[in-house]
Amino acid sequence: MRKSLERYFRTDKLPHIWCPGCGNGIITGALVRAIDNLKLDQDKICVVSGIGCSSRATGYLNFNTLHTTHGRALAFATGIKMARPDLKVIVLTGDGDCAAIGGNHFIHACRRNIDITTIIFNNSIYGMTSGQYSPLTPVGAYATTAPYGNIDRNFDLCKLAEAAGATYVARGTVYHVPQLIKLIEKALLHKGFSVVETISTCPTYFGRKNKLGSAVKMMEMLRDNAVSVKAAEKMSKEELSGKIVIGEFTNVEAPEYTEEYMKIIKRAQGEE
Amino acid sequence: MSSSPRLMQGNEACVEGAIAAGMRFYAGYPITPSTEIAEIASEKLPKVGGKFVQMEDEIGSMGAVIGASLAGLKAMTATSGPGFSLKQENIGFACLAEVPCVIVNVQRGGPSTGQPTLPAQGDVMQARWGTHGDHPIIVLSPSYVGEVFDLTVRAFNLSEKYRVPCILLMDEVVGHLREKVQLPDPATLEIINRKKPDLSKISHYNPYEDYDGDGIPPMANFGEGIPFHVTGLIHDTTGFPSTKPEVTEALIGRLMRKIYNNIDDIIDFEKYFTDDAETVIVSFGSPARSAIRAVKILRNEGVKVGLLRLKTIWPFPRKAFRELPSTVRNIIVAEMNYGQLIEPVEAACAGKFNIFGLNKFNCELISPDEVIAKVREVNKNA
Repeated sequence: MRKSLERYFRTDKLPHIWCPGCGNGIITGALVRAIDNLKLDQDKICVVSGIGCSSRATGYLNFNTLHTTHGRALAFATGIKMARPDLKVIVLTGDGDCAAIGGNHFIHACRRNIDITTIIFNNSIYGMTSGQYSPLTPVGAYATTAPYGNIDRNFDLCKLAEAAGATYVARGTVYHVPQLIKLIEKALLHKGFSVVETISTCPTYFGRKNKLGSAVKMMEMLRDNAVSVKAAEKMSKEELSGKIVIGEFTNVEAPEYTEEYMKIIKRAQGEE
Repeated sequence: MSSSPRLMQGNEACVEGAIAAGMRFYAGYPITPSTEIAEIASEKLPKVGGKFVQMEDEIGSMGAVIGASLAGLKAMTATSGPGFSLKQENIGFACLAEVPCVIVNVQRGGPSTGQPTLPAQGDVMQARWGTHGDHPIIVLSPSYVGEVFDLTVRAFNLSEKYRVPCILLMDEVVGHLREKVQLPDPATLEIINRKKPDLSKISHYNPYEDYDGDGIPPMANFGEGIPFHVTGLIHDTTGFPSTKPEVTEALIGRLMRKIYNNIDDIIDFEKYFTDDAETVIVSFGSPARSAIRAVKILRNEGVKVGLLRLKTIWPFPRKAFRELPSTVRNIIVAEMNYGQLIEPVEAACAGKFNIFGLNKFNCELISPDEVIAKVREVNKNA
């Protein structure tokens, strides 16, 4: 790690608890690099997380940090952002945390278009509780609670976010790091609700249960299966099967929630 | 200057009290019979520069309230029955992370969807032990519309002072009743704000350090230039998780001590005609009003009966029972449930008095006649 990035970490809390080969450290690293590149004011950043492997990231990051209850990070973050619209509020969440127990908060945060950046650590499994299937576990994959294969159909979180009203939606992977940093930078600069789904690796549970080989092999799979948004446009549904489409899906402008609320205050006070 | 008298609903008085206490954030979810609190908050908060949000669900409302409080705003939510159940996990977060906030529960009949539009007091125990794990909590219960205002102010004050969630346990009668109320002059109100860290004396801020030895760590807000970590995990004084037994014991012990060491400041009750009473009715919320009427009627007949009206339910005001005169032989606990408050009453009295329950669980208010009949029955048999 670059020495200049150390100030973004609580180095006394390291090493982290993540397993060898886990992609979560890469996502956390990409986030601080994006923040550093943008020269954002460290004191004005508030990072909020839920429960799970991903959500332990807040403990290592040297900002105002809040480690909330399972699935509820976006609800807490909504309160913070409304109370202090000047703060840059970032939510770190996992696929189970965001899409299962927190699914309701996720779609409604998208709908409100509140200025929060959400980074989803998608490792396709509940890692903290040792390998149960999540709403992002592919059909047919194995998990400790899917010993005969998973029959639950998985979400496409980017499509979900877009349909629910998020105004910036992108997907990256822990293999394509320079691109991931750029996507997070654009999400952080975006006014409105921004989502960066990041495909991560869990060799300990998802990899082992599904006989995917080593962490390196799993990274190679990300490399080999990733398709850019542009390339995907020219591909058939069959050709896209098993592929990971990466890049920017949505980047539009819409009224931002806390700004709209400031207008409510003016209206209530008779200034408009 | 106090305003001129107004006809006001309990739920409206709650919002008036909250804003007077400094509430500047409200998050909630529609539910009967508390909805007017949300409606009135949505209208009044922006007028004072405050914020209102109708969240997607109850637990999300509780989360938003905690987030806003951590960012420095006094925050409240209101709900009823099923919604109170749904908020519980995040109420526990506020207990452990010591985030001041006020939760209003306008009780209706339960369990489950129960009797949405009718009164009950079936959440006495849930208010105390609704969230999992050992935790402190403060629960206040008003009987009058004017008192809703006073106790809402007090709920904010206690919550800010002790960094603990405070529950205002109303019932549908008090919430929907309209009474003449004269709101006090805001300038005369005692308003307590959370204790802030004195950075001239502290070189490095530990968010859970008991700097003053009173069990209440000073609280910085997010975004004030002192980055810190807040978690729902058991944490040490630095705010970071620890699995050590001594850290766990120290934290839970302090959370309890900060409340129980200050119990005389927190508990609040009223005594009516208890000085020479042989029978004392114990009640709270709207049934206490019927009990007062019953005591007046019975006293006119020369019956030595009194009333203990509890305004603080939890921590349980045991002191009120220690102070009862030696003339007392019988206690009647009048509550709109199958018998909940009677349990701590029995524990507080430790066999000293004959204790009887006057319980009504058909979602109708206990009437003065029913209280009178119970007193006569007890006096005849005891």
